[in-house]
Amino acid sequence: MNNIKIIIGMMLVTFLPRYLPFLAFSRLNIPRPLKKLLQYITPAALGALILPGAITAIPDYPLAATAGIVTAIACSWFRGEISLTVFLSVIATLVGLYFSGY
Amino acid sequence: MEENIEHSIKQKEVPSKFREGMVASLPIFIGYIPAAVTFGLLAKSTGLTLLETFLFSALVFAGASQFMALQLIQGGAGPAQIVVATLIMNFRHFLMSSHLSTIFPIKEKPWLLPFLSFGVTDESFAYFSTSHTPMGVDFILGLEYSAYAGWVGGTVVGYLFGNILPPIFQASMGIALYALFVALLIPEAKKSFSITIVAIIGGLTHSFLTWLKFFSPGWNIILAILIAASAGAWIVDEEENQ
Repeated sequence: MNNIKIIIGMMLVTFLPRYLPFLAFSRLNIPRPLKKLLQYITPAALGALILPGAITAIPDYPLAATAGIVTAIACSWFRGEISLTVFLSVIATLVGLYFSGY
Repeated sequence: MEENIEHSIKQKEVPSKFREGMVASLPIFIGYIPAAVTFGLLAKSTGLTLLETFLFSALVFAGASQFMALQLIQGGAGPAQIVVATLIMNFRHFLMSSHLSTIFPIKEKPWLLPFLSFGVTDESFAYFSTSHTPMGVDFILGLEYSAYAGWVGGTVVGYLFGNILPPIFQASMGIALYALFVALLIPEAKKSFSITIVAIIGGLTHSFLTWLKFFSPGWNIILAILIAASAGAWIVDEEENQ
C-alpha cells in the first residue's frame, strides 16, 4: 500500500512541473526576464545533461564511456545522422569495454 | 464534394505524421531499453510487485527519479520524503516545459495538452528544442509515446526476464542516451559560438556541483541550467550593447 502511495505522489510531482508551464503560457504571455533565460535553455540543459553523466554512464569504466562520447562528437560533427551517431557510439563503447577487460 | 476529398486527404495525413514521430523517436526508444530493463530488474530485487513496477514506469515516467525512489524505498524512507525528493529531482522539467510551450502548437487541440506535457522528458525535450521545423501535435505525440512504450515495455521485460542481453551489450548501451544528447547538441554548437559556450558552462557547472556534493542531484542540474542560461542571456546583452 505504501508503494502505491509513493507512486501516486510521484506521479503528481513529476506531472505538474511538466504540465503547469503549458497551462500557464497557453493563457498568458511569458514574462520578459524568463523569456530571455529560456532562449539559452536548450544548450544549457544539453550541456548539463551530458556532463558529468556521460563520463560516469558505465560505472567503473570511464575510459570506455569517454571513447563512446568522443565517437559521438566526431560522428555528429561530420553530419552523421542521429541514429548512426548513437549506433557508432555504442559500438565504440563496446570495443572500449572489451579492451578494458569487462 | 471537394471538401470531402480534402477531408479524406487530411485523415490520411494524420497517421503519417504520427508515424514520422515514431521513426524520429527510434534513438530514444533504443536508449530507453537498457535503462528500463535495469529498472525492472532492480524493482524486483527491491521487493516491488509486477503491478507496482509497471505502474511506476507507466504513471511516473521519469527515469532518474524512479531509480532514486528504489534506493530510498530500500533505505526505509517514508512516502512524503520520497515525493519531496522527486519534486526537486524533476523540477528541471518546469524549465524545459516553459521553453517547449513557446515552440509547441499549444493553441491547436488544447485538450491534448496534458498528454503532450506528460510525454516531456529530458530526451524528448532535447529533440524538440533542437528541431527547427514546426512540429504538429501528431508528430509530437508519435515521438513521445513510442519512447513511452519503450520505457514501460522495457520495465516489464526487465522484471519478468532480467537482462535479456549479454552484460557487455547491456553496459555499452548505457552510453546511448548521452550519444543522443551529443548528436542533438553538436549541430547547434556548430552554428554559434555563444551556444557552444553556454553548453560548456552548463556541463562544467553541473560537473563541479556534482563533485561538490553540497546540494542534492535535483538541485545541481537546475542550478547548472540556470547559471549557464543566465550566462547566455548576459553574453547576448553584452553583444547587443557593443
